[in-house]
Amino acid sequence: MEYLIHLGILFAIYTILGVSLNLVVGYTGLLSVTQAAFYGIGAYATAILLTQTGIGFFTSMILGVILAMSISFLIGLVLSRFRDDYYALASLGFNVIVFSIFLNWQDLTRGPLGIPGISKPDLRFFNYDFSFSSNFSYLILTIIFAVLIYLVSKFIVNSSFGRVLKAIREDEKAIQVFGYNTLYYKLAIFVISAGMASVAGSLFASYITFVDPSSFYLMESVFILTIIILGGLANLRGAVLGALIMILLPEILRFVGFPSDIAAQMRQVVYGLILILLMLYRPKGFLGEYEI
Amino acid sequence: MNTILKTKKITPIISVRRVTKNFDGVRAVDDLSIEIEKGKITGIIGPNGSGKTTLINLLTGMIPFDTGSVFVNGSKELFKIKAYDISVFGSTRTFQDVRLFEQMTVLDNILVVLTERNVASALFEKHKKFHNQKAKEVLEKMGLWGKKNELAVNLSYGQRKLLEIARVLATKSDVYFLDEPFAGLFPEMVKLISEIIKELKQQGKTVILIEHDMSLIRELCDYVFVMESGNLLAEGEPKEVLGDKKVIEAYLGE
Ligand SMILES: Nc1ncnc2c1ncn2[C@@H]1O[C@H](COP(=O)(O)OP(=O)(O)O)[C@@H](O)[C@H]1O
Ligand SMILES: [Mg+2]
Repeated sequence: MEYLIHLGILFAIYTILGVSLNLVVGYTGLLSVTQAAFYGIGAYATAILLTQTGIGFFTSMILGVILAMSISFLIGLVLSRFRDDYYALASLGFNVIVFSIFLNWQDLTRGPLGIPGISKPDLRFFNYDFSFSSNFSYLILTIIFAVLIYLVSKFIVNSSFGRVLKAIREDEKAIQVFGYNTLYYKLAIFVISAGMASVAGSLFASYITFVDPSSFYLMESVFILTIIILGGLANLRGAVLGALIMILLPEILRFVGFPSDIAAQMRQVVYGLILILLMLYRPKGFLGEYEI
Repeated sequence: MNTILKTKKITPIISVRRVTKNFDGVRAVDDLSIEIEKGKITGIIGPNGSGKTTLINLLTGMIPFDTGSVFVNGSKELFKIKAYDISVFGSTRTFQDVRLFEQMTVLDNILVVLTERNVASALFEKHKKFHNQKAKEVLEKMGLWGKKNELAVNLSYGQRKLLEIARVLATKSDVYFLDEPFAGLFPEMVKLISEIIKELKQQGKTVILIEHDMSLIRELCDYVFVMESGNLLAEGEPKEVLGDKKVIEAYLGE
């Protein structure tokens, strides 16, 4: 049971990451491979603030979101000069940069040692103290956030703004002719998406109680990208389905019974294979409404 | 050319002043100056590769021009035009190589040009009743209302051309650049679109029409510019220009 709860928490966190990345990749057509950077910024913000200041979890989450959004604004400005493959490459570069900051700014992040002892959130409602220290209560908390972010995303994609995002994906120059300064649209969705990823990071840090740079390496961005390509681009439910499959996959592989010393590597191989097979045979994923 | 015609006093809605555009090695538009009269249908003809599409691309901010300047609909003198500004100047256009929002529905292809431009307002806007009414009006006019939920990519060639026309009709523009809107269409569709162009003129709009069919040019246009190799070969009223020996040669020599 504890293990199912664990999977449920991961599922909710990756749902947030998948849904938020889908806004950028699936709806707007910007092939961003840097979502793990914003995920990491949220995680580190919570880790550092909770272990070194008296700030509470929810405040740390908000500060993390503000930080991730500010940094993503700058990154988005630079990325706006690139298109297509170059966009993907440049975004990947930013993931590498942010990762090496986590690794090398040792005074702040303790580098490869990571930051242990991150506490679980407490909530005070009038006279009621509510602690999310049990995994079950933490599951509820992450699900609440996942649902909120899903609903916000749904609101965004169903708005006039969301329709413009799709038009940018289809033909950016053509939609400009109709009076849209697309830079603002691309920046706005990139920044919103980064803020959402940062929320996932805060939830992750406090749940695992430990962060180190390895969780936010490039492979993590590829993993999140796989989630949405598998589940389906430009479909929010697709991102949820993708997260579910990708979280359950290691469990399924466990039954296949690779020797434990190579199990982790085998998982990477399987993820890679999934991506390649999808591109070959089902570029729209399961529920996709758009293919790259 | 007839100098009397050239000095005729007109109210230009667009002035092109000595505009040049090079594509590595190719001079697509060469020191071109023209004035387009307000409220009229102006034809642009010329052999393939003579720079007609490039001229429209320059005037709609799709590509920057190298030298020269442009006035559009009372704007100040423009040395560069941003694509997203041309609607501010009241201009809109279709594309020779039909450019729709392919993986979006027919209805969304129209709604997207009707809704809020500003990011924050767009975020808090869902399309409203009057957007829907306008979309319905233009799609019905083009016989596409029944296809409103289909993806643009699934339309036939002719329907795609019609959807592009519907999209510009949905905008509130003063100047309509139409790049070969009749190309490859069946006669009924040609008739429909030429009626629409006439209607636009009746509403006092300005139409700039690129077209190869001389009978359509004769039927629709008040004035014609003939381009060759990025230059102006001739200009004038259709009946004059189309009888001009230079012009006939330019077309036959193609
Ligand atoms: N984007 C471009 N890049 C390079 N050359 C171009 C481009 N667009 C047009 N040209 C060249 O400019 C010339 C004029 O083309 P175009 O304006 O399309 O002619 P038209 O519309 O009159 O057929 C042609 O020689 C064409 O090859
Ligand atoms: Mg052309």
